[in-house]
Amino acid sequence: MQTEYISAFDVVIGVLWRFWPVWVGLILVMGASFTYKKRLGLYGQLFDSGVGIAGVFICLFWLFTAIFASTISPFDPLAQVSVMKDTLPGAIEPVSKLVYYFGGDKLARDVFSRMVYGSQIVLIIAPAATGFALMVGITLGLPAGYYGGKIDTLLSFLANLVLAFPVILLFYLLVTPGIMDTPIPYGMAGLFFLFPIIFFCVLFWTRYKNRPDRLYILLGITLVLGGWIYTGLVFDKDPLHIVHIDPNQLNIFVAVVFASSPGVFRIVRGLTMDIKTRDYVAAAQTRGESPWYIMLWEILPNARGPLIVDACLRIGYTTILLGTLGYFGLGLAPESPDWGTAIKDASRLLRSFIHPALPPTIALMSFVLGLNLLADSLREQSMKD
Amino acid sequence: MFSFIARRIGTILLTMLCLTLVVFFLVNLEPNLKKLAISQTEMHTPADQLESWLVNHGYRQNFFVRYGQWLGVLPKHPITDPATGKTTQRFSFCNDPVEPTFSGVLQGDFGCSTKFKTTVAAKLFPALGATGLLMFWVLAVMVPISLLIGILAGMREGSRTDRVLSVASIASTATPEYVSGVIFTVIFASWLGWLNGSAASASQGITFYNFTLPVITLAIYGIGYIARMTRASMVEVMTQQYIRTARLKGLSFSSVVIKHALRNALIAPFTVIMLQFPWLLTGVVIVEVMFRYQGFGYTLVEAAGNNDIDLLLGCSLVSVFIVLITQLISDVGYAFLNPRIRVQ
Repeated sequence: MQTEYISAFDVVIGVLWRFWPVWVGLILVMGASFTYKKRLGLYGQLFDSGVGIAGVFICLFWLFTAIFASTISPFDPLAQVSVMKDTLPGAIEPVSKLVYYFGGDKLARDVFSRMVYGSQIVLIIAPAATGFALMVGITLGLPAGYYGGKIDTLLSFLANLVLAFPVILLFYLLVTPGIMDTPIPYGMAGLFFLFPIIFFCVLFWTRYKNRPDRLYILLGITLVLGGWIYTGLVFDKDPLHIVHIDPNQLNIFVAVVFASSPGVFRIVRGLTMDIKTRDYVAAAQTRGESPWYIMLWEILPNARGPLIVDACLRIGYTTILLGTLGYFGLGLAPESPDWGTAIKDASRLLRSFIHPALPPTIALMSFVLGLNLLADSLREQSMKD
Repeated sequence: MFSFIARRIGTILLTMLCLTLVVFFLVNLEPNLKKLAISQTEMHTPADQLESWLVNHGYRQNFFVRYGQWLGVLPKHPITDPATGKTTQRFSFCNDPVEPTFSGVLQGDFGCSTKFKTTVAAKLFPALGATGLLMFWVLAVMVPISLLIGILAGMREGSRTDRVLSVASIASTATPEYVSGVIFTVIFASWLGWLNGSAASASQGITFYNFTLPVITLAIYGIGYIARMTRASMVEVMTQQYIRTARLKGLSFSSVVIKHALRNALIAPFTVIMLQFPWLLTGVVIVEVMFRYQGFGYTLVEAAGNNDIDLLLGCSLVSVFIVLITQLISDVGYAFLNPRIRVQ
């Protein structure tokens, strides 16, 4: 049976039409941001430059794509329709009459749907891993920079140790199927996921220790919420069965946090060493504030500018790392629709078919580009102040 | 200065010791040893024979004893047949000793590659040579282009050239090797047919046809980053008083840029280029796998995929050494280039 195709023009129109929830979301958010940009602080200032608008646009585009993935994609990303094997872009699937907009791959799956669903994996893991890396880096970097001395020497040595590892070797050692049989990933997860809980507890304790009514509520919320997520993620024993993560995803997550937290540590340490010489820190010391209060409530808020910029860049970098993992087939399931795995599968067959390779590469590149543009524009805005 | 370098070298040695211990621990995890035993014995070997293979080849000795043997502070023992008391080599394909000898990294013996059936040295050093060639060409392409872009962009901050080049360099930092590699292969190999999408033949001799794609793929990611650093440094220099003085003296803009600004603007990029090496190392792995070039990265992937313990240790030793030594060179070089910095 001959596969029917639609024209290239119809492919473009069809793809744009499939993204309709994204366009609606973009118009709403961008419109609102434009209208109220004076009141939105640093975020509002992004809309003053073309680079900033482009960055926000691309990041929001992929955010909405990830949220509405099930509406946008016409097919299940794992479904194989054997007649559609290696079809070119625009092929019509005979049963449902829906279109394989970007063609089919070697396992007869819809490339377009896979690209859309791939955004979900990236947009969940990359920001979350960056968040945890930030927590670990901040919690260790602040005391290292503030106290200096032995604690600094030890922590810096450990950070340099991890940084001296080529990332790829680290992943080959930490993200293997064999390591899942050992307690190492769970131990590391248990350690890393402890940091946010510690961070927030210390944060609230230092601020509200003289106001027990507030303190106990905040600490209670932190411990209950944190403990709930902690048991779900580390032990997979969430009593409500809501928080759940696959063991191989946990492994990737831990490896990525492990690889990127020393970078955050170095930045936070440097910023702390710079900021602790300022007058307002000396004033707080004279007032007799505790060291952790000074670190968390005096130094950290003043280091936020460079940290936000770094976080943006780091999410992009984490996306690249996830792609690298996918490209080497480490950790993620072989049929997973994430971009790195898709690039790996497609790049082996470039001699015969190029269409399955292009959507995931362009998706990954554009998302990282959006984040980099965002970071660049944020840096410029914060330098103006 | 000398005490500074001596201290740094001490730290490097300590770091290498710690890291190899970590790698040694990870490759000797029980699942990894099982994998090694399965790949080294014939198919469908029963579990007790796998175990006896591991015992026979010394993998069941104490962890620290084996690390000491690899390091060369404890003697390596040959296989001894318990019935006859006769000793044989552990691995016949790489001249293992038949009597206990101190033969580890400290003595220059990197061990035995179980995957390639040869000594680690015989496999690793030619691969390093091949990668060195690749690195040379990458640097030869990357450094001049990125410096040129950075200087042109930073010369007149905020101009149209600056904005175009800045966005272009941001775009290039957003393009990891596996993305640019695919795109370049599609354009230059599949579509135009100018270049070869595989560098497998480059081991026999490099040509423009088979070597260009790996080189530009590897260079493109670094170009953006170095160009941005050069631009930042150039912008800073161009606002200095002595540049204004030179302009007011009546010198032409081009001679001010070339004679006054350039020398000071190129100090920062030097450090950045040096610190690019760790990233290039990861890039090398991706590019060599993608273009099937038999270099260091390819060896590393093969070693990791087959849990080839000694080869993997050798690879990590080499890569950690490169990372740390480039850091040292960048620190020392920076102090030399910038007389205002004095290392204590």
